[in-house]
Amino acid sequence: MNTIDPKTLLPTTSAESSASGLDAAKHKDKKDLVFVNLGPSHPATHGCLRALCALDGETIVAAVTEMGYLHRGFEKDTEVHSFQQVIPYTDRLNYVSAIMNNVGYCKAVEKMLGIPIPDRAMVLRVITCELNRIIDHLVCAGANLVDIGALTNFWYAFNAREKVYDILEKLCGARLTSSYTRIGGLSRDTYPAFADEVKAVLKDIRKSVAEINKLVSKNRIFVDRTQGVCVISKERAISYGWTGPTLRACGVEYDLRKAEPYYHYEDFKFEVPVGTKGDTYDRIFVRLYEIEESAGIIEQALRKLPKGPVMTDDKRVALPPKQETYGNIEGLMNHFKIIMHGICPEPGEVYDSTEAANGELGFYIVADGSKNPYRVKCRPPCFMNFAAFHEMIEGGMIADAIANLGSINIIAGELDR
Amino acid sequence: MEKEKLFEKLKEKHPQTILGSADRFGALEIQVDRNAIADVVRTLRDDAELAFNVLVDLVSIDYSAYPGWTGERFGLAYLFKSLTLGHRAQLKVAVPEGEPVVPTLSGLYANSDWLEREAYDQMGIRFTRHPNLKRILNHHEFVGHPLRKDYPITKRQWLSANESLMDEMEVRLKEKGYE
Repeated sequence: MNTIDPKTLLPTTSAESSASGLDAAKHKDKKDLVFVNLGPSHPATHGCLRALCALDGETIVAAVTEMGYLHRGFEKDTEVHSFQQVIPYTDRLNYVSAIMNNVGYCKAVEKMLGIPIPDRAMVLRVITCELNRIIDHLVCAGANLVDIGALTNFWYAFNAREKVYDILEKLCGARLTSSYTRIGGLSRDTYPAFADEVKAVLKDIRKSVAEINKLVSKNRIFVDRTQGVCVISKERAISYGWTGPTLRACGVEYDLRKAEPYYHYEDFKFEVPVGTKGDTYDRIFVRLYEIEESAGIIEQALRKLPKGPVMTDDKRVALPPKQETYGNIEGLMNHFKIIMHGICPEPGEVYDSTEAANGELGFYIVADGSKNPYRVKCRPPCFMNFAAFHEMIEGGMIADAIANLGSINIIAGELDR
Repeated sequence: MEKEKLFEKLKEKHPQTILGSADRFGALEIQVDRNAIADVVRTLRDDAELAFNVLVDLVSIDYSAYPGWTGERFGLAYLFKSLTLGHRAQLKVAVPEGEPVVPTLSGLYANSDWLEREAYDQMGIRFTRHPNLKRILNHHEFVGHPLRKDYPITKRQWLSANESLMDEMEVRLKEKGYE
């Protein structure tokens, strides 16, 4: 009886293969494998990541990964900078959603100092964080779809993202590296047309997401390329410490905004989208659905945006108004103290976390009473995602690995710190 | 579970190795004897009332420049979260300078592999029975541990050859049944 051997695509007789002992399913010889480096420098690795894959035909049978190509010593740098000076460094962690890192870091320091931030600053932090979550998800989904050949979606996603960046640029003067927060509040208030522009951009975002949905959700090629591909079980994902959209794609309804609400997230009405399979398809669609939820949160937040200051008046962290600095001795001394002596939390150790676009972004800060942090440890959510990458891609093809890499949204700036 | 109850429960199960506790801005840090860390963590993970199924982070700290510090040079903070019960826990072990060795958590949590590699790479703490204790963030030719306080921040090193990764690949292929 003639059969096609899938390994060689040559007809063989079953009697022959079993007689010669070359049954492909049983015999595993290292000499038959081809070793291919995926990355480190390749457009599809989005940053600098490396996976060494052992290929049997087109199938990846084993993979190991390497990281650290973008390691620049963020944690060491924090130890020679004051608490305020660390904020710009946090922009460069997840540079796709910089404000969420600013907020995560400042929230941890504020917890240490015991400083409550004004209501307006809190609501504005929610709005800017959710805008950042939207653009992060748009970049992730857009780039991921490009990697599997669906280029048009990229423009739909990036057009909307550009409009969000216009708003962020007006808000803080920078597109990517925003440094928008300060310890105790925000660097500046909004501009007059802010609410209207945000509402307009939400309309654009919804339109883009609807267009992406129309293009891909029932697209046969997309569905075949993503459904059931690079599946990770719920148990494995939890054991790897996954959080955020990638964990929710496995069917675990865990979101820090619901589980441990901060900034009054419990008062906002929103759903937490979850997947069922934990495959590439679920990871992309959990993000696309989250965009809608974030848009809803922003609309609610705009409705309840209170008037008032955006910076606390706590003298330990807030610079006095300029007329105070130039007008009286207390203001001048206060200014001098904060610039020269810095913000000095009491000695202690704190861990605080927020739900960033990729999952739980945590900062463990050790203070020794001086103006510099003694030690800062950042918990980047995609570190845990990338740790599982090698076992997810085994059994699939190189093209599946690329599709998967996009869906777990590895941001090298955050991964390597 | 209330944090005080959690401490009582752990103390009851491991009376010899739970050394004390400290308040960390609302969170309770439980200090554990470093040689018993794997046992205590196993209790945290497997006890039905605790069910800490996520290892959130592993933080290594060098206290050698901390003002007025009298304890051991290094510290390791283990952060846990239970997704089913919603509570958090924080363990701390003291690690002496002369013998910076701690039992691994490999086999308990999948992400402990990389987290422990990071603590080894950055701080030079070794983990016994770790399957692959290599550098992770820094280059494999790098000498020293950059997050130790005696490592100068301006120091530069010449790093040339890239890593083949075949040592890890050989292990992985063996696991997959390749000879």
